[in-house]
Amino acid sequence: MSVHTLEIDGRMVTALEGETILAAAEDAGIFIPKLCAVEGLSAPGACRLCMVEIAGQNKLRAACLTRAAEGMVVRTETSALREQRKLLVELLLAEGNHVCSVCVVNGYCELQSLAAALDVDHVRFTPRYPARTIDLSHERFGLDHNRCILCTRCVRACDEIEGAHTLDVAGRGRTARIITDLAEPWGHSESCTGCGKCVRTCPTGALFLKNKPAAEMKKDSGFIRQIIAARREKIWI
Amino acid sequence: MDLNRRPRLATAWLGGCSGCHMSFLDLDERLIDLAAAADICYSPLMDIKEFPEAVDIALVEGAVANEDHLRDLRTIRARSKTLIAFGDCAVTGNVTAMRNLFPLENILEAAYGDPAVVRALSAPPDPVPRLLGRVLRLHDVVEVDWYLPGCPPSADSIFEIITAVLAGKKPPGGRKFGC
Ligand code: SF4
Ligand code: SF4
Repeated sequence: MSVHTLEIDGRMVTALEGETILAAAEDAGIFIPKLCAVEGLSAPGACRLCMVEIAGQNKLRAACLTRAAEGMVVRTETSALREQRKLLVELLLAEGNHVCSVCVVNGYCELQSLAAALDVDHVRFTPRYPARTIDLSHERFGLDHNRCILCTRCVRACDEIEGAHTLDVAGRGRTARIITDLAEPWGHSESCTGCGKCVRTCPTGALFLKNKPAAEMKKDSGFIRQIIAARREKIWI
Repeated sequence: MDLNRRPRLATAWLGGCSGCHMSFLDLDERLIDLAAAADICYSPLMDIKEFPEAVDIALVEGAVANEDHLRDLRTIRARSKTLIAFGDCAVTGNVTAMRNLFPLENILEAAYGDPAVVRALSAPPDPVPRLLGRVLRLHDVVEVDWYLPGCPPSADSIFEIITAVLAGKKPPGGRKFGC
């Protein structure tokens, strides 16, 4: 397999043929903000946080969807990119009902951590306070639409890893929301296996275990990579 | 800042739970350093009724939930050189603003259950302030100079922001909402 050498933030980095800029950067320990991309799942390029500058191209590119190429010169951290990322996080915070202090994942939320990392210390936009619902019909899991950022990680984990495709997105624009089966209560779903992959992959407190009190739910989407590796190597521990 | 006098520090409490002020008290022995470096001229922890003139730094806890908050915040802004939004309720609305998901009448009905009380509270007698239809963040009403998120902000972060502003420096960032 051929290997490319490229420059990311002034460092020489190698990437396998077909590897994305995001994967190459992460392999080299270079942090690019992201909320929708998860290693092992398809990339929708939805959150736009991983946008980077590539020398000679006048458009910003999503690092999760752009393949690394020989001799590419990539910048992941410029003041313009930083400003754009702050803006995106502020828009996400203004769009839903995010109240970190009373959230199950307070302290472990990827949106909350990213806001702090980008120095988002307030939101310049007027919050929408949308009327959204909470689905507590499932025996063990809850879905709080107030905290959902529509990254679709849950949809992809359920479809691509579990193979159930219980979850999907319905509606458009600001009415878009995650649904289970044909927009029935989750507890009535016949396709859901109860595996919990969606809950563990969700970056926010939108999906949660029902028996966890505030600030006690840690998540880690790294398990997806492990499942994929186990299936490939046929090693089941 | 006038070099001949100690800078004047005020703290105020609007629509919040007072947790930010409890965290302020957690400065413990650093309160002594602070009292040496600044003249703490107004605070809910002191018995002073009027927000004073010529304040250098004002830390304002809580969101703007009623007409008294609105009036007080405008006074604080007019009389303070530097205004710091102190804690999540001041910065984001936080728990105080969770009622923005519902019409005010429904909130009052749920809280008091009695239509007579709900009617009375929509035009309350003095000195009960009227609730605003929607809870506002400080920067919805006045210009805010610095934001200190946190529910509540840690004593360390409070000390750091005050020390930085006293020294005329940019306060450290990277603070989380909530936590
Ligand atoms: S628990 Fe598993 S099967 Fe059910 S919705 Fe979540 S990922 Fe899909
Ligand atoms: S429920 Fe969670 S994982 Fe699913 S789209 Fe919303 S934020 Fe993303």
